Amino acid sequence: MSILVTPQTKILVQGITGDFGGRHAKLSLDYGTRVVAGVTPGKGGQFFEHAGHKVPIFNSVADAARETGATVSAIFVPPPFAGDAILEGVAAGLELAVAITEGIPVKDMIRVKRAMQGSRTRLVGPNCPGVVTPGTGEGSKGGCRIGIAPGYIHKKGRVGVVSRSGTLTYEAVFQLTSKDIGQSTCVGIGGDPVNGTSHLDVIKLFNDDPETVGIIMIGEIGGSAEVEAARWIKEHCKKPVAGFIAGSTAPAGRRMGHAGAVIGGAEDTAAAKIAVFQECGIEVAVTPSDMADALIRAAAQAGVKLS
Amino acid sequence: MNIHEFQAKALFERYGVPVPKGAAATTPEEFITALTRLPDGPTMVKSQIHAGGRGKGTFTDGFKGGVKFSPTKAEAKDLALKMLGNTLVTAQTGPAGRKVQTIYFTAASDIKKEYYLAILLDRATSRPVIVASTEGGVEIETVAHDAPEKIHKVHVDPAYGLADFQVRELVFKLGFNPVEAKNAAKLIRNLWTMYWETDAAMIEVNPLITTPTDEVLALDAKVSFDDNALYRHPTITALRDLNEEDPKEIEASKHSLSYIALDGNIACLVNGAGLAMSTMDIIKHYGGNPANFLDVGGGASKDQVVAAFKIILGDPNVKGIFVNIFGGIMDCNVIASGIVEAVKEVGLKLPLVVRLEGNNVAAGKATLAASGLALVSGDTMADAAQKIVKLVV
Repeated sequence: MSILVTPQTKILVQGITGDFGGRHAKLSLDYGTRVVAGVTPGKGGQFFEHAGHKVPIFNSVADAARETGATVSAIFVPPPFAGDAILEGVAAGLELAVAITEGIPVKDMIRVKRAMQGSRTRLVGPNCPGVVTPGTGEGSKGGCRIGIAPGYIHKKGRVGVVSRSGTLTYEAVFQLTSKDIGQSTCVGIGGDPVNGTSHLDVIKLFNDDPETVGIIMIGEIGGSAEVEAARWIKEHCKKPVAGFIAGSTAPAGRRMGHAGAVIGGAEDTAAAKIAVFQECGIEVAVTPSDMADALIRAAAQAGVKLS
Repeated sequence: MNIHEFQAKALFERYGVPVPKGAAATTPEEFITALTRLPDGPTMVKSQIHAGGRGKGTFTDGFKGGVKFSPTKAEAKDLALKMLGNTLVTAQTGPAGRKVQTIYFTAASDIKKEYYLAILLDRATSRPVIVASTEGGVEIETVAHDAPEKIHKVHVDPAYGLADFQVRELVFKLGFNPVEAKNAAKLIRNLWTMYWETDAAMIEVNPLITTPTDEVLALDAKVSFDDNALYRHPTITALRDLNEEDPKEIEASKHSLSYIALDGNIACLVNGAGLAMSTMDIIKHYGGNPANFLDVGGGASKDQVVAAFKIILGDPNVKGIFVNIFGGIMDCNVIASGIVEAVKEVGLKLPLVVRLEGNNVAAGKATLAASGLALVSGDTMADAAQKIVKLVV
């Protein structure tokens, strides 16, 4: 198994006729992902065509889900309309909405998250690279790729990766694949201050997933989500975990690009988070080049075979 | 986006949050007209820069205090002349300090007691939180650490908004007398409305004060806004003061680059914020010092790379450059060609280490090798970081 999505999962893309959404819908189709519908209000009845695929476009998420059986949405809608797009997926009863959009106002996300309370839909993101469950084909083709991650760097296997940052996730995945260690599912939860799924939510899913035998958790300065996850891992996680925190050298009080990383509390510096990781038995990667090796060390200690 | 105290207080007044009477001025001539708008008597003279710790700051010419009390308006003008155009260094400005270009005069208030009040996002609950304390006028971090029971928090449900009972609870906890309580409740409600309507990221009032006549006033105001929401607030966007921003950061934002200047000598050019942060970390890990944070985004087009190199080279401290690109979707060969063209265009003379990984990387490395440029190739982040540190130190 994997978490969140499998190669059989049917995906719809909100914003499929935009440049960004269209480009990545094509890459997902090339990867072998079952992109079964697109949603662009006003373009219902048209088709999104690529390399022999003919994906129907609908006016609403509800129509797309009902007609195609799609259960998961990839959201590429521009920031002013992205909050609304997420709620449309929630109203349609989707299992999972993955919001790739970067730059959604915080207030919109505060309201969206409140409105989602009690709904059956899980949100991953926003401002995230998405979710990949690698397939068994060449370059991990045949898997489920939702979002913007490069598919070919993956390899089907047994390590779960969860991260706030895009390129840093790719770095970890690439290191694993280079060492012939495959991944069960890789989840980019996004760097925004208000997001749908936390490190801890994903760690719990990996802990319960029989296919996942080891976990890499990548975090950043700001907030306390990694600390919360680390404390839970110490008490409950049965699997070896390696961790990395970016931002040791970040100056206090500055926002680092879209990373949503503002230093403010007692446990949100890199040093504080790393200390909590160590205290909770997480093998800390000393540099970003050390992420896969850190997991190999943790697995060796626990007597777990990663591949 | 940050704004100045005088701008924040103008917004406070618009939302019905009482502040001491004040007037801002940017030239000695304006000082006179500004001061005529204030009542006679004790006056505060406040340097306007985007950094905290102004009162305890020192100007580069040795003059102490960026916020001063003056018993008369005449003396206020003299103090303002010493501050205007002078560079103020505070705990938050860094050693370079900030040039004071605006002075804000306010009528000095009689203070009965100082409080603390702020509204910001609580990331742990994804809800706005109002933070208040009876310990105002001091560093709130110290209070939070030494006497956490004196920090009161009210989380606001975004579906309902701030409830009256929550405001009542808060003012009772702060121990106001009945008249103060009524004034404070109104102030807190109005401040909340401002926070919510303007997409503020943070509003901090330290101190909030009571006066002998039971008024409640915001004596200071620190306000910042969510950059992502500025598109729907043109009047707030107009408050942006480019004088307070690093010219290199402004130039970077024109090219959709995210750049933050630091004080080291190894410049970084990276795609992705997380990778950019950890590139700085790995330079430090191997004994070097990063000169900047620079995220060229996922695309890393040639034009962006050229602009990035120019910005980096505008920093006289830079002694070497570390380019770290993980080309996921992007073809590494396209990125490599961009780097080669950029280096040729800017005529680089400093050591350059390039670590390229990802899609079509072999072709990318070949392009770099065939370019004839004196650049060093790194295989992993660790390898490249060690190489640039060695070349610079």
